[in-house]
Formats: sequence, structure tokens, C-alpha cells
Amino acid sequence: MDPKPATYPVAPLIEPGHTFESITDKISAVVLSGRQPLFWFVVLGFGMLLTGMLGMAIAWLLLRGVGIWGVNIPVGWGFAIINFVWWIGIGHAGTLISAILLLLKQGWRTSINRFAEAMTIFAVMCAGLFPLVHTGRPWLAAYWLFPYPNSMSIWPQFRSPLIWDVFAVSTYFTVSLIFWYTGLIPDLATLRDKAKNRVAKVIYGMFSLGWRGSGRHWQRYEHIYLLLAGLSTPLVLSVHTVVSFDFSIGIVPGWHTTIFPPYFVAGAIYDGFAMVLTLAIPIRAVYHLEDFITTRHLENMAKVTLATGLIVAYGYTSEVFFGWYSANKYEGFMIWNRMTGPYWYMYWTLIFCNIISPQWLWFKKVRTSPFLLFCVAMVVNVGMWLERFVIVVVSLHRDFVPAAWGMYHGTKWDYMTFFGTVGFFLTMFFLFIRALPMISIFEMRTLAPGAKVPATEGH
Amino acid sequence: MDFSAIRSRLASTEGRLFWRSIGELADTPQFREYLHREFPEQAAEWNDPKGRREFLKLMSASLALAGVGACVKQPPEKIIPYVTQPEEIVPGKPLFFATAYPFGGIGIPVLVESHEGHPTKVEGNPEHPTSLGGTDIFAQAAILQLYDPDRAKAVMGRGETRGWNEFQSALRVALLQQKSKGGTGLRFLTEAMTSPTIAEQVSLIQQAFPSAKWHQWDPIARDASRMAAHAAAGAPSDARYHFDKADVVVSLEADFLCGALSVPAQKAFAARRRFTDDKKDLSRLYVIESTPSLTGARADHRLPLKASEIQAFSAALAAAVGAGGAQASSTFSIPNAQKWIAAVAKDLQASRGKSIVMAGDYQPLAVHQLAHAMNQALGNVGTTVEYLPTVEINPTNQLASLRDLVQAMSAGQVETLVIVGANPVFTAPADLNFRDALAKVGFSVHHSLYYDETSRYCTWMIPAAHAFESWGDVRALDGTVTIMQPLIAPLYEGRTETELLGCFVDAQNNRSAHDLVKDYWTRAHAKQVGGWTITDPKGQPFHSPESFWKHALHDGFITGTGVGGERREPGGAAAAAAAAGANDAASPLAAPASPAATGGMEIIFRPDPTIWDGRFANNGWLQELPKPFSTITWDPSAWIGRKYAIDHQLEDGDLIELKYRGKSVTLPVWPIDGHPEGSVTVFLGYGRNATGRVGTPADDVAKGFDVFPLRSSDALWFDNGLEISKVGRRYLLARVQEHHLMEGRAPIRMATLEEYRNEGTKVIQKQGEKPPRALSIIPEWEYNSYRWAMAIDLATCTGCSTCTIACQSENNIPVVGKEQVDKGREMHWIRVDHYYVGNPLEPETVESHHQPRPCMQCETAPCELVCPVGATTHSSEGLNDMVYNRCVGTRYCSNNCPYKVRSFNFLLYQDWDTQSLYPMRNPDVTVRSRGVMEKCTYCVQRINYARIAAKRDDRRIQDGEVVPACAAACPSDAIVFGDLNDPNSRVNKLRAQHRNYGVLEDLNTRPRTTYLADVRNPNPEIDGERGSSKLAAE
Repeated sequence: MDPKPATYPVAPLIEPGHTFESITDKISAVVLSGRQPLFWFVVLGFGMLLTGMLGMAIAWLLLRGVGIWGVNIPVGWGFAIINFVWWIGIGHAGTLISAILLLLKQGWRTSINRFAEAMTIFAVMCAGLFPLVHTGRPWLAAYWLFPYPNSMSIWPQFRSPLIWDVFAVSTYFTVSLIFWYTGLIPDLATLRDKAKNRVAKVIYGMFSLGWRGSGRHWQRYEHIYLLLAGLSTPLVLSVHTVVSFDFSIGIVPGWHTTIFPPYFVAGAIYDGFAMVLTLAIPIRAVYHLEDFITTRHLENMAKVTLATGLIVAYGYTSEVFFGWYSANKYEGFMIWNRMTGPYWYMYWTLIFCNIISPQWLWFKKVRTSPFLLFCVAMVVNVGMWLERFVIVVVSLHRDFVPAAWGMYHGTKWDYMTFFGTVGFFLTMFFLFIRALPMISIFEMRTLAPGAKVPATEGH
Repeated sequence: MDFSAIRSRLASTEGRLFWRSIGELADTPQFREYLHREFPEQAAEWNDPKGRREFLKLMSASLALAGVGACVKQPPEKIIPYVTQPEEIVPGKPLFFATAYPFGGIGIPVLVESHEGHPTKVEGNPEHPTSLGGTDIFAQAAILQLYDPDRAKAVMGRGETRGWNEFQSALRVALLQQKSKGGTGLRFLTEAMTSPTIAEQVSLIQQAFPSAKWHQWDPIARDASRMAAHAAAGAPSDARYHFDKADVVVSLEADFLCGALSVPAQKAFAARRRFTDDKKDLSRLYVIESTPSLTGARADHRLPLKASEIQAFSAALAAAVGAGGAQASSTFSIPNAQKWIAAVAKDLQASRGKSIVMAGDYQPLAVHQLAHAMNQALGNVGTTVEYLPTVEINPTNQLASLRDLVQAMSAGQVETLVIVGANPVFTAPADLNFRDALAKVGFSVHHSLYYDETSRYCTWMIPAAHAFESWGDVRALDGTVTIMQPLIAPLYEGRTETELLGCFVDAQNNRSAHDLVKDYWTRAHAKQVGGWTITDPKGQPFHSPESFWKHALHDGFITGTGVGGERREPGGAAAAAAAAGANDAASPLAAPASPAATGGMEIIFRPDPTIWDGRFANNGWLQELPKPFSTITWDPSAWIGRKYAIDHQLEDGDLIELKYRGKSVTLPVWPIDGHPEGSVTVFLGYGRNATGRVGTPADDVAKGFDVFPLRSSDALWFDNGLEISKVGRRYLLARVQEHHLMEGRAPIRMATLEEYRNEGTKVIQKQGEKPPRALSIIPEWEYNSYRWAMAIDLATCTGCSTCTIACQSENNIPVVGKEQVDKGREMHWIRVDHYYVGNPLEPETVESHHQPRPCMQCETAPCELVCPVGATTHSSEGLNDMVYNRCVGTRYCSNNCPYKVRSFNFLLYQDWDTQSLYPMRNPDVTVRSRGVMEKCTYCVQRINYARIAAKRDDRRIQDGEVVPACAAACPSDAIVFGDLNDPNSRVNKLRAQHRNYGVLEDLNTRPRTTYLADVRNPNPEIDGERGSSKLAAE
């Protein structure tokens, strides 16, 4: 029986002509062929250079103190917290794609989930660095923020959102890592089987935990993967909610608002999808993976970006509205200061990047043009960083008592640390591309025509 | 090498003898010589063990201990271990010694806190009539000056390290020559002096060298007021003003509420401004001034005139109150001035006998004479104004005196010059060319705390002992003598003035300062010298000289030495003669009414508010103390009017070139609201090129900030003929406060007396919201023992910043440096916020308001909630405690503090390397390291100190037993601290006042530090638009 013709044209999730073998070969070849394009060397080298710079910046920071940065009184938090929130936001897309889209049975997630998850893990690693090193005494903060039994009977102060942060971020990192690793096991076994190199065979073998692909293996795998997806789903929402508490629990005008949790989560997904696009578009071109990451994938991601972008725009609008409607002089001033104060250019650039520029995504032409999409995604990445700058710095620099107002400027060490983490992220990501299949082989195979078992004949 | 000498030396020592080299052991003259040249510190003690032993005997064991910790190499004398505890010393318990800190020759009476022999903190002497516990920034910062590692450490001769003995030999030769000539070539140059011991020394020197001459010079001279008082009273006198008895005070540029020696005036003035719900009369202060001052900020009405217009204003005012002189038909830069004259004159006449007209030191003699005439015409003399005998020795016109000296020096008549204390190479008027004249003096000696500009050009430099290392005596403003006792043995080779002057008197040569001072006062007690009537506080004579001496040292002053009882009547023939003399055209102060030059802008000279004439340039606390209004630290600036700045596109920190009389200086400009247009104020004291590491600028531009080269002897304070031009470059000025408008948030609440009378309680409370207490669902804290609170009276606070320095000293707060201040990281625990009200383009409408801002110690503190490690917690007594050991430095608490009163150690700000600073630190307060948040603790160490005392006696801490450093130092008693659980505590009574309010009460933080709203008393005839309505419009 022929399948029913589609009533409207849907672009395929995998280009025609692929078989199980061609999928496996094409994806595993990136890892096993041992040959990498020049692009890989260039980006990895650049990333490692920046990572070295990060090491230098951190070493100097530990030697001299956070005073090498631009933070001051009143602006006690600067680049470090901005970067922390930015990276955590980026880390949202991976789990969202793998967990929530899995539960929603969105088949198009298959070809992007693997590297989106890897992106999550590396982004959370970058994020986790900042809250630690931004403290005055990181060697103590490294363990005093954890509730460990000690002879002094001193516990962390559980009313502080920073403690909630510690739990939220560490839980998220752990679950994301396990989820990612679980999803990798069948593919690690494939690599083990296909690898010619003895060392690679042993290493992949160890990490594939004796996967043989038996029916029982697959059954257990499906169970655990579904359970982990269920566990990750609330985390996607909770992590950024808790991060937003860092601000909304505070009494600083511009921080102390109830819209922060949903607005932060939407912002994180927005930024996360923009970052997935930023990574997927060039990699797809370089590794010729257009067959697997098709225009339809890009378009779907663009649609999610647009939708979350509109939620973020709603957030901005309501902040402005309540600045006026609350009749609170501090809130009103805060909004006015954002728009016309000394950092007005930050605010208006942010509005351009996050609200105006993504409106291009209403056009299918833009959504289906990788180049334009890449540009829009980059702009969103910048815009979301600016959003955190506006929230953290612009709120703090003029709060309640006018005599205590001040200004904030990042120093070269601030920039070195920020770009250093970008380098670390790129390094980790390109090492991942080299060592692990960046697209899930076994899940892609389910998309191949051969996997379509006629309904009448099965089950 | 004489081995037998070594052997005998070893045999004769008791106990173990430590020696560094065989040369030292042999104690050869060569080695001693070597020590002189290489190790000046050790050389001194090597040479003069006798004086030191004497000294120690007298100061008992406390000073032996001082030697242990104070970086002086232990003299080879027995020290007493704590095994047998010395009398009076309990480890951990500070002792207080009464002494005085001389400023411009006048003593500021102080108590110095000493911990195990280290002086650590200066307090006012509460028993002394001119302190009553209050101090000023200079006295507070004196402790840092004492421990300054950059002080001069050794006797220098022609730029090389020498010994004291070498100097004495050289001096002896020089004096031998002078002896034969009767001292014609011998000159002394000092600042004003009041020491009775020195007065006697001077007369002895005069006997030995009849032709020797004594000159005086202080760049911030009080010549005009000195001469005017002399002219009014007919004998050398000082005018004393009783602000506590005055209903109306008119200040003709008299900055009596600011700076050193202002404490008695601040106390007295505050007494008439302390407004309570039942005492509703206030005095009224009019200030007519050019450069905005803290006195002007406190005024009910301030009229910003150009400095040169004040004389015309004074003349018009004098005519209007009938104090002679014709009504001059002058025009003023402020059109309102005419209205002022009528209104002020009316007010003055309405309070005859209860008003004060006072002229400032920066105005010429004529203005002073007009002020005196007005006081006489208004019948104030004898009630609010008194003429009392001057406390200075040989008061003189210092400018004339210096000019005579320079003429004699240039003419080669001066062979031996002794400069004590002053720094004339830096501070003398440029036209006198003091430096060139000094080069013609064969033998010149400079006695100074620092190796400074003058030291460089003198043949000899004698390091001065700091006031807290010295025996001496000095008179306070009211004439009361304080015997200065040392708190510590001299850290370096310092000599006191008395010791130096003793070298000129055969009978006193080589006697210690202690001996000289004690000898004088023993004779004075026996009525052999000085004509003093010495009694104990009850008026009874002391039974022995020893008893007198002990009492004098203990109390910090000698009763009966004040001049209060010797009031002089103005007028009379002597006064007329003196007045004629003062107005003699030859007198440099009889300057013409209008400045010599015409055209151009007006240049106004002022001492720097924090480093004065440059003498405190090496004091980091004073350098980092924000200057009034501009809140700039570490640098001077040229102040200009706002309108001029806008018209000429001058912005904060633009460098301008000031051209005046053919000389030019480049300074960064700073527009100041309320500054008269057409005038430029420049501050003396910066641009030092020979002082310590703190005061010598590293920046090439800053090296040129010295404005003394512009100052000439015929226009010490202001002149016309200034031209300024924009250089086109900027200079970074590190200011503490960027924003000076209240933005409708009313951190300072204010009402006029009239509003208060009409509207009563509502006028203050309507200026802010206060949520009901039951709003929160979180249960309230219970405070069962004490409930500490502070109330700050904004009606008496003058914004003098003494609290800031006192806090810095008490709590070991580090200095961070200009660059860090610019980044917004100053560490002060109590800062003084400043706000403007009014239209900056109309200087006469501008008002300034100050608000000291310690931690509010909120009951529902936002900081406590957010600390992840519980490093800032609520104490059972309501303090927001800061646990430094636990702090990891997230800075979340500071972000969440709506008052921004927390400071953070972004880098390692504490100086852990300079050893001489170790003993300065308060051992009761943790020295914080890098990465830790810190804040005002209400001086919890003082609370605990009182708690221990109270527990020992099994009682509660009494009201007034705990006084935080800021409250103790406050010269106007604006800060009151106490326990809210004690219904009779002063702070409870203040908080019950209707004008009590908390800043940002609307946030429901429930601050424990509250403010008493400012109440001003404007004259409705001058300006009806004042008070809360004007405040609300901002």
C-alpha cells in the first residue's frame, strides 16, 4: 500500500537517496577518516589561543584579585555575571531540543540534538567558571557554597539565591552530561566497530559500555532515555528561573520584578537556538552535511527563535509599561535611565538586536537562506549579551541614593576573560567534532527510507 | 683594633650583649662615625642614651613598651617584661593621654588612645573648653602623620646624613661669630607660636644675642584679623565670638565652621541650631562669600559675590546699620545684593547686642575694621563679641615680617637663619623670591617633619619630633595651656622645637625637652616666671610642684591660664593709634579697596580643604578625603562658576592655563554651583616636589599644580587680571560622588522654621512614605538586650568630614589611591553625601546640603538575605554584623544595599609591607585582606569594650558609655548613638522628634540610623521660596 501523498509539501528531514550505510559512513567518516578540513584547524587553533589567554587572565585574577576587573561600588557585578547568564542561556537549547522536542515527538530534532547537547555542556562549563572566579576569595567560595558537614557546623545561607544557583546549575550540568552520554552509547559502539585504529577501538569500546545492540539493550536504552528526557524537561525551565532569582530576589530597581523567570527562560531559549544556528550553519557547509541538516531544520529553528524572540519583546514591553504603571519613582527612573541615561546606546542596540532584527525571520526567504539566518542569529547572540549588560550594570549603576551613583567600564582583563571563554567553548566544541559523531548516527538511520516499516506488516 | 677595650666592654655589660660587627663591639670612634653616615636611626640612640633613659624613667613602663613595638631599636637599657606587670598597663586595655596637636601655633587639645605603648587614635579632650570632645580632620589625621614612613629621619647637612652632634658643633662655630656681633646676622623664622617655654627661650636668646631678630610666616596668615582686633582694642588682641548667644550672624567670607581650630565655633553655633519639638528658635546665618565654603553651605542665606565686591558690600552694610561710612553706591555682580543689604541691616538692628558680624581671614583689613565697627555700633561688644589678649607670642604682621627678613637676606645681612616649622621656599609669596634670598645665607637650619623644599636649600635640616613624640607646651584658642606629653619615643631622630632653640641658650644646651618644659612650669608654679596664676580646677593652689605637674599632664590643660577673664574694652586712644598704624599706607594690609589690577577675571587663593598649605600633602587619609562640593580626591582643581563653564565649554577636568601677572599655571577646571561668575578659585598646597611618596605627584601635569608661584605679597587672597584659556587636554580627577541632585527622592528632608511652625509635625513626614509595620509576613526580630541606634542631626551637621577620618583611624580603613577612587572603590565606612538644590545658573539660589552616611543597620536588611555563606548576619542587638573570615566576596550584599554603604577590598588595599604603619592600627579591629566586604559596625569593638565593663559591674551599659568614633569626633555633636531599649537614652529622645526620619523608609528596610531633618531659618524678605517646597521641586 502506497503511503498517502502529503496534502502540502513538507521539506524532508533527510535528503533522498540515503541508506543506512551511507548515513553511518558519512557521519562516522568525520571522526574516523582522520582527515579534517582546514577550517577545523583554523578554528581549533584560534580557540586554543583564546583559551591560553583565558588561563592568563584567570591566573592574574587569582594573583591580584577581582580589582583587575572594572567592578566597583555600586556596580558590584560586571562582565562575570553577564557572561555567566549569557552562557547559561546558551546552554538551554541543547536540553530543550533533546528532551522537550523528544517528548513532543518532533522528529526534526534528530539531526541537531547531538551537537546542541554538546554545546550545552560546554556552555555550562564556561558559565560555571564565572560565579566562582568573580568572588573575592574563590579558593574558599569553591567549597563554602556547598552544604558539606563540617566541624564548625556552618551551613550555607539557604535564603540566598546564589545557593539556589549552585544547586540548579550543578544539577543541570550533571543531568545534561548523563543525558548526552546515554544518547552517545549506541554511536560509540558503532565507532568501536568501525574504527581501524587499535587505540581508538579500545577507547570507544570502554565508553560504549559493552553495547551490542540487542533488543534488550535497545529496550533499556529507550526507557532510560525517555526517563532522562522527563527529568531534563523541568530543568530547562528551572535553571534559568533560578538564575533569574539572583536578580528578582534583590531589591534593585530593574531586578526586582516578577516577570523575570519566564522572561529569562524565553530569553535563554532564544539565545540557545541562535547559538545552535550560529554553529550549525557553518559546520553544515564545511562538512557537507546539508543532507542531514536540511533547510527544514534551519527553518524550524528560525521559527522557534522568532517565537521566543517575541516573548522576550513582550518582556521588554511589560518592563517599560510597569515602569510607568507602577507609579514607583525608582522603577520609572530605572526605565528612563536605561533609555536616556549614560548607557542609552546599550539599551537601544539591545532593542535593535533582539526585537527589530529578528523580525526578518517572518520571511521565508530569510529563514531558508543560511547566510541571512546566520547573520540574524549572530545579532541575537550579541543582543542577548547586551540584555544581560543592561540588566546587571545599568540597573546597579543608578539605584536608590543619587549620591552613590557611579559608572562601570570593563577592563582589558574583563574582555580577555570573556573572549577566553569563547575560545574555550570553540576548543571544546571542535575537539568534540573530531572525537565524537556530531550527529546521532542511529537516530538518523531511523529517518532513512529503509526504516519505514509498513504499518500492516509490523507489530 | 683595641682588643683589651673589647674585653673590658664585654666584661662590663650585664647580660648578653648583641653586636653586629667587631667594630661595633670595639666601639671605636670610626665605627660611630660610620654609623652616623649609614644608619641614622641607630646613631641617635648610640649618642644620646642619657636623655632617653631620663625619658623612660618618667614615662614609666608604658614607654618602654612603646620602644618594643614602635620600630625603634631597643636602647641598651633594661626593659620590663610583663611577668611583673607594669602599673597602669593591662594588655588589651587602651590608655588615654591628654596632650595637644599644634596647628598654626595654636594647640588643638586632644586625648590620644594608646595600646600597649602605641598611640592609635586621636580624640578630643572632653574636659578642655575648646574641644569638649570634638576634633577636626587635621587632628584626626595626625596619627598617620606620626607614623608616616616618609618623615625626615636624620639630621642632614648639605644633603648628607649627619649626626646631631655634628650639627651642634657647626652651630657653635656659627654662634661664636654671632656672639661677637651681638647677633646682628642671626635670624629666626617660625610660624605663629604660643608656647610659654618657647616664649622664655626667645627672651633668653634675645638677651644672649640682642640684635637677633625673630620673624614669623604662615601662608594662611591671620594678619588681617589680628591687626583689626589690635586696632579695635588698642592692644594685641583676638576677637572672640559667642555664636551660642547670637541670634543673627553675618559672615563676610568668614569660614568659621570649617577646618582646623573651628571646633569651639562649631560647638557654639550648633547649640543655637539644635532644633527640638519644644525649642523652636534658631539663630540665622548670612554668609557673604566668594568661594563656596562649608560655612556657606550651612547658611540660611548665602550671597555669592566676587571676593573684591565684599568690601563694598561691607561698607554698604555698615552704613545701613549706622556704623559710620557713607552709603557707597556700588553695583554688584548679583543684582539681589542691594535687597540683601537692607534686609540684613534690618535683621541686625532688630537683634542689637545679640548679633555678630564677622570678617574672614581672606578679606583685607578694611573689611575687618568695618565688621568691628558694626559690632560696636550694634552693641555686640561685650555680649556676643569679646576682645581678649592674644595668645600668641609677639603677634606680628607676618607678611611684613617675612618681607623684612627677605630684604635682609638679599642684602646679605643674614648670616645664620633658623627656620622652625615653616616651609617658606614653597609657601612664600612668589615676588619675594625667598629661595634666591636663602642662597645668600651662609648658615641656615631648617627644622621640619619632612625633608621638604626648604630643607633642600638650607645647609642643615633637623628632623622635627612629631607632636605626639614631643614634650612641649602650647596654648589653645582660649589661652589655656596644655603640656604636651609624648605618647611614644621619637620614631626617628626627631628633635622638638624647644630642644633646637635650647642650643642657642648656653644654660639650656643639650637639655631634653622634658627638662626644659618641666623646669619652666616648676618655676611658673613657684611664681618665678610668666606671671601665671596656677590653681587646680576648684581654684585651690596645688600643694606641690609634682602634684601640679601630674595634674597638668593628666588633665591636658592648666586651669587658670586662659585669657577669658581679661576682657579688653574697645576704643580709646590706644585703639585709635593702633588703627592709624594699621591703616598706614606702608602697612601691607592696608591694601586699596579694589585690587591693584583691573580687567580680566578674579583669581582667589584658598588653602586646600584637606591638605591645607601643602603640609599634609603626604597624608594619605587627607589626600583621599573628598574635598567639599567637588568630592575630588588627591588633586586640586580650579573652581569656576557654572555659567562661565557652559559659556566657555569647560567641562569637569579640562585643563586650563591661568595667566596672571606674567606667570602661568595649568590646572584642571571644576565648575562649582554657587561659585561667583567671573572668579576662579585656586587651591594652595599641591604640586609639591619635595615631600614623601604620597604627596609627590608622579604625573608630569600634576607636578605643575603649585599655585604659590602666582601668589604675590600685595594680593595674598584675591586679585584681578587673571586670564584663562583652555589647553585642550583633560586631566583625570578622581571624584567620589558623581551625582549631586536628589532626583525627587528626598534623601535629605528639610523644612524652614516657618513651615515647621505652621505645619508642625507633617512637614517632614510628608516628604516620604513609610509602610505600616505589619506589612511583612515575616516575624519581627526580638531584641531583648540592647537595640543600638544612631541619630544624625542634619540641622547641625556642617559636612566637615571629621567623622570620615575618625572612622578611618578607628577601623583601620585603608587608603586606596587615586586610580582606585576613580574606579569607585573608596573604602570609607562613613561618607558625607552632598546635594545641591537650586538653579546652578543663578548662584545665589544654590544651596548645599550634607548628609553623613554610615551603615543604616537595617532591621530588615536586604544585605543579610542574599549572602550565600551567611557572612553578614543580624545580631541579637540589631547590628548587621560582618564576618570577615566567612566572607567569600560575592558582593551580592553590596548590590542589594539600597544605601550603598558597603565597601569591598577589590585588591589588597591594606599596606602589609610598611612596618612603621603596624603600630598605628587599632588592635581591636581586624585588618581586612583582599576579597572581603567590609562596612560600618557602629564601632562594635567599642560596644564590646563597654559591655565587658558593664558585665564586670553586673549592670546594663549606660547611655553615653558607647560612643562610636564618628560621634566622638563630631565637632557639632550631630551624631548621637545609644540603646533604643533604654527609654531615657538620648537617641530614643531624638528619634521621638517629629523631624526624625529614615532614608528610603519606603523600602521597609527599617533603618536604625535615622536622620533629624534639616531646619533652616531664612529671612522671608530675601527669599520666600525656600524649604521643603523648593526641595521637592528638585
